[in-house]
Amino acid sequence: MSVDAPEAQAAPQAPRERPAGIGVLGWLRWGWRQLTSMRTALVLLFLVALGTVPGSFLPQRGLAPEKVTTFFQQHKTLAPVLDKLSLFDVFAAPWFAAIYILLFVSLAGCVLPRAKHHLVQLRSRPPRAPRNLGRLPEAASYETDAAPDEVLAEARTILKDRRFRVDAYDDAVAAEKGYLRETGNLVFHVALLVLLFAVGSGAAFGYKGNVLVTEGEGFSNTLASYDAFKGGRSFTASKLPPFTVWLDSFSASYLPSGPNRGQPTNFSAKIRYQNGLKSAVKSYDLKVNHPLNVDGARVYLLGHGYAPRFTVKDGKGQVAFQGAVPFLPTNEATYASEGVIKVPDAQPDQLGFIGLFWPTAVPNQQGKVVSAFPAAWNPQVALFAFRGDLGLSNGAPQSVYRLETAKLKPLLMGNKVKPLAVGQTLQLPSGAGSVTFDGYRQYVTIQVNHDPGRVPALAAGIVAIMGIVTSFLVRRRRVWVRAKAAEGGRTVVQVGGLTLGGATPDFQAIVERLKMAAPEEPRSTPPDEPPNTDEE
Amino acid sequence: MVDTHLANLSNQLMLGAVLLYVVAMVGYAADISFGRRRVAAVPQEAKVLVGAGGPETVEDVPEAKDEPEGEGERRKVDWGRFAILLNVLAWGVHGAEIVTRGMAADRVPWGNMYEFVSAITFAAVTVYLVMLWRYKTTWLGPFLMVAVVIALGIATIWLYDDPGPLRPALHSYWIAIHVTAAVTATGIFTVAGVATILYLLKASRTAPRPGGLLERVPDAETLDRISHRTMMFGFPIWTFAIIAGAIWADSAWGRYWGWDPKETWSFITWVVYAGYLHARATAGWRGRKAAVISLIAFACLLFNFFGINYLVSGLHSYAG
Repeated sequence: MSVDAPEAQAAPQAPRERPAGIGVLGWLRWGWRQLTSMRTALVLLFLVALGTVPGSFLPQRGLAPEKVTTFFQQHKTLAPVLDKLSLFDVFAAPWFAAIYILLFVSLAGCVLPRAKHHLVQLRSRPPRAPRNLGRLPEAASYETDAAPDEVLAEARTILKDRRFRVDAYDDAVAAEKGYLRETGNLVFHVALLVLLFAVGSGAAFGYKGNVLVTEGEGFSNTLASYDAFKGGRSFTASKLPPFTVWLDSFSASYLPSGPNRGQPTNFSAKIRYQNGLKSAVKSYDLKVNHPLNVDGARVYLLGHGYAPRFTVKDGKGQVAFQGAVPFLPTNEATYASEGVIKVPDAQPDQLGFIGLFWPTAVPNQQGKVVSAFPAAWNPQVALFAFRGDLGLSNGAPQSVYRLETAKLKPLLMGNKVKPLAVGQTLQLPSGAGSVTFDGYRQYVTIQVNHDPGRVPALAAGIVAIMGIVTSFLVRRRRVWVRAKAAEGGRTVVQVGGLTLGGATPDFQAIVERLKMAAPEEPRSTPPDEPPNTDEE
Repeated sequence: MVDTHLANLSNQLMLGAVLLYVVAMVGYAADISFGRRRVAAVPQEAKVLVGAGGPETVEDVPEAKDEPEGEGERRKVDWGRFAILLNVLAWGVHGAEIVTRGMAADRVPWGNMYEFVSAITFAAVTVYLVMLWRYKTTWLGPFLMVAVVIALGIATIWLYDDPGPLRPALHSYWIAIHVTAAVTATGIFTVAGVATILYLLKASRTAPRPGGLLERVPDAETLDRISHRTMMFGFPIWTFAIIAGAIWADSAWGRYWGWDPKETWSFITWVVYAGYLHARATAGWRGRKAAVISLIAFACLLFNFFGINYLVSGLHSYAG
């Protein structure tokens, strides 16, 4: 805005008009006028557009935090600088907020006075006819035998029929219509303000939780169940509706052949849910595009993956672990996945494994195993084994997807690791135990959220579109008809029109109607040559 | 699942449509070069004569004095009419291409980049034909044909993808609403973009070179008005496309707005077009400056379509 300041016309006037004593007020007024000027609004509009650009090129914490981490690893010097500028949280950045708040203040400061002005206009009379109607962009004049009063009365009826607001001034009729144009325009801008407010309050009162659920398991809508949870500023945990969801089964289908082989065609999760202990358990087919609504919250199917099942026996021959372990897909196309098994109960040493899972394992040209298809046609795992201290006892939080190898000794590494098919058992060296690959389950990632702003935001969006369409379709126009007695008992009728955005055929139609209405008077004068249209 | 017979038919229709568009383009060009005299040399007289005695009279009046190189050679072929006829034919074949494509895959025929380009160009040609019918904007034809042929060429050579089923995120009736609106708006903005480029070219020179490509093109003021109207038509549709997309995102991805790159750039496009509409009503910005802004907006639109789909990964990455 300071860029704009030197060339503003109002700038030198404000201090001059006011004595030094109220200079502050003068400057405030000046600043306000600057902020609400169209030029400033335009600059702010472009700044908003410009400001969002880095948000689409740099990884954003709100969207993909893992990509931000990778970026930090790859750009060790650049990343902290960018981070200082909030470029990894562009849409929550203070400078971005500053731009859009200024823009919306500028918008409000422009729209509200306009709305007031428009309200006054809506209740006032159409403006008086200009002295020379022939000078208007649309003008016509003709003579008739009807008396001036009759012509004006007729003009009133015709214009009223065409839904003009009509008012009479002594020798002329003034008519105006198209107030909806400004109304629509104002509605559009006000709706945008409402939209921003709805989005903001939705974020403040809403919440969003993500959870991974394996087939046969479930989760409750409580803070503790979520792997990741984000509540808005005004959110309280007591607002979570007490429902529970169980995943019975998940199925995915893929194109089995053709150039897009492996492209998913359908995901479907069979779930059961119960809203509070007293209500009945219901079934639901959770799909992408088909979320479940429970008590104001929405449950979405976001992703899926494989959780291979293992039985781990320790050095003493006892079962130290049995169950499904979710692996994260490392390749979205083939669902080759990676995961970690931690067996803290193993004796005498704790055991840890890093595992690779291939849903459809095939050897590639180098003889290495890869996954050829995302469905589990030939599931195999390979396990890298460690023994020692898993580091779980010191209380430091650990990711379930990472093995802290600091105090672990490798047991089985490199070429000695061979893929296991379902049912096969791997004997660990030096009597450390064994692992059996029992098969797999599938898991889904589910998002639960609540956003009280979504319906108001939608309503505001719809109103905005209706407003702008109205404003673009309706033309503000004025028509004046003046009738004056001329010699020979005839009457000279002048019609003038003013339309924002260029002439319309409508004006000619009005003139034709007026002329048609006139010759009713039975006088024997033959209708002379077509009345000439004035175009000055 | 996919009817290969229909798919092949669709591909052949595409080829036919492109060829017909090329022929139409040549027809328009021929109209400019050979049919020039009618408009260029006899601007006033022609109008009067047409009104009085029909088109035959015009051709019989030799206006050699105005046009030194005219040797009384008569136009046997009305290139303008030929071009328009071919253009309509091409449009029909293009429409058949889209319909057969949809039938082949048994779904809405806008699910990948190839189909998007096809639908967008079809929308642009439709807008042009409506304008032609209502406002006689033949002058726009040759320039739009160039754009359409280039776009369809890119689509068939680089973006082609066999028809197939959609991925689960696209299994929604919102694809018919959101994508149709986005495609329509893009088509409209394309026509507006072509008109704006013509405006800038026209506004940059004072007198049109006689016989030049821009000779038929109306004056800068008219062009400015036409492109403004066109963008006013496209803007609410684009707004609707964004809102429909938000509603869809709400059920597909669990939020209605999440600053996905595609969402971000559709917002940027929206903002810059809004900037254009405001600039045109602001002193010191209207005219060339506003036109340049609208071209920036169009560039954002194209970047959102091509750039985001191929350069940036996001939820909208459906590009093959």
